[in-house]
Amino acid sequence: MTRLTPRGNLLLCLGAFVLASMPFWASPYAMQLASTALIGAMFALSLQILTGASGLVSLAHAGFFGLGSYTVYLLGHTSIFVSLPAAMLVAGLAAAAIGPLALRTRGFYFLMTTLAFGQMLFFLFHDTPLGGGTDGVFITRPDLIWTVSRAARPVVFLLMNLVALSLMYSGLWWLMGTMFGRALSGIKVNEDRMRAMGHDVQRLKLAAFVVSGGLAGLAGHMAALTDAFVSPDLLDWHHSAEALLMVLLGGIGALHGPILGAFALTLVRELGQAVTERQRLVEGLVILAAVLLLRGGLAGWRKR
Amino acid sequence: MGGFLVQILNGLQYGLMLFLISSGLTLIFGVMGVINLAHGSLFMIGAYLAYVVARTTGEFWLALPAAIIGGLVFGAVLERGLFQRFRHREHLDQVLLTFALILLFEEARAALIDNQFHAVPVPALLDFSVPVIGGFAYSAYRLAVLGICLVVAAGMVAFIGYTRVGAAIRAAAENPEIVDLLGIDARLIHTLVFATGTALAMLAGALAAPLQSVYPGMGDGFLILSFIVVVIGGLGSIAGAFWAALLVGLIDTLGKVYVPQLAGIAVCGLMALVLLWRPTGLFSRA
Repeated sequence: MTRLTPRGNLLLCLGAFVLASMPFWASPYAMQLASTALIGAMFALSLQILTGASGLVSLAHAGFFGLGSYTVYLLGHTSIFVSLPAAMLVAGLAAAAIGPLALRTRGFYFLMTTLAFGQMLFFLFHDTPLGGGTDGVFITRPDLIWTVSRAARPVVFLLMNLVALSLMYSGLWWLMGTMFGRALSGIKVNEDRMRAMGHDVQRLKLAAFVVSGGLAGLAGHMAALTDAFVSPDLLDWHHSAEALLMVLLGGIGALHGPILGAFALTLVRELGQAVTERQRLVEGLVILAAVLLLRGGLAGWRKR
Repeated sequence: MGGFLVQILNGLQYGLMLFLISSGLTLIFGVMGVINLAHGSLFMIGAYLAYVVARTTGEFWLALPAAIIGGLVFGAVLERGLFQRFRHREHLDQVLLTFALILLFEEARAALIDNQFHAVPVPALLDFSVPVIGGFAYSAYRLAVLGICLVVAAGMVAFIGYTRVGAAIRAAAENPEIVDLLGIDARLIHTLVFATGTALAMLAGALAAPLQSVYPGMGDGFLILSFIVVVIGGLGSIAGAFWAALLVGLIDTLGKVYVPQLAGIAVCGLMALVLLWRPTGLFSRA
């Protein structure tokens, strides 16, 4: 996992300032779009510490994201100081339950088992009355510190998402520099050597899986807060694949990659929407281009 | 009692259909080391092919050879044109490329046919019911599907187990390098396996068309269940895929009837148990 130098982080800060200044010059629609990209970035960033750092490709993360969202729905009317930790806790606990099982397997098996467990969470909200139905439900937003008028919503949510992403990125930037983060990178390069050096590889992977799941729950919470709507589609594995696409598009292995990837994908989608109604065609071609041509990702870094 | 028997038959029929899909998946994983998330889309393509053939010619039975031949050709083209190049790419690349294929296949279907639900009528020849115990009757077409799947499964086992090519495929699933050492053209084996897997998935789709309606994304559920079958059965094992498919088919069908809300979860619970007990699947040697 490569981290940005202080100068690189300064550039990211500059980007954050541009986003923070949007209320002065951008339309509400543009700000909502920026919120979508910020949430995508949080989701992809949560996967990056698993996929990018330790090389584990998980298709269960949409499940954790969706659990974060549905926690807001299930809690009913409450404060954000309750809903936010609760969403992370629920998603993290689910990851802690699924992780030990999925991590008994490696390679393709890990992919398949995370896919199956993720879909199990999907079915839980799709088939049972727990989640309020297959078509999704509108939710009551948790109380913020102050009441927000309808007109101010795009601004407030943009800033909140920006703050959440910044905190998450800073936290992960620190985490990836610790022994834990470096050990994860070691696992990706050579798992057996890490084991021989006395690292408890299994426990490290599980820790990464749980942290990653909890952060996906955070992203899901912010999505529910922003959209005031949850649906089982949030837990569908296609959603996981989209986050993986952001990771790959931005550059796997570079901590800031998912942020670039999320903004690039949101932008391409928006441009595509203006040209054609065939959304899946656009997305399919973007993936082909990302995998076949853009091998370094936007961050330009890739092992080998 | 009769009702229960009907559900057992439904479960077996569903399980055998799952076997058609997952046997291809498990062989493609085992022999080529490629994860194909678009395998469920091939099922969907087979079903739409059956719908188009049945509508234009008025004869459903033509759809079965069409699915098999079409699948063999389509699979060979996909393997030579695309999958051959992905064999040594990282998992993430394979996941995303096959995800892109899903999107493109869906889009192609929307452009060529449409996004609607369609019903394919049960062929007239088999449009009657066979009485079973306790006054319950069972659809003759479903029985025929059961029979066809059994014949295909027996054919697969015989082909893999008792022919020279089958032995080469088994060797390749066990150890990919060994095939080259034996002087067998590994590329040919790969194309053969991928084409067969594609044809089986499309055949399953064509057979399923009269049983359920034909609709976009109909392969999704099958994809997940096939993955579970492969995990339970063990990577690259045909026998494992067979027994696991029957088990999953029965549990899923009976679950949907008796505990409808937990059916999707019951199968995953089964997988969790197998992972706890034997992480590499019930039928793997490791």
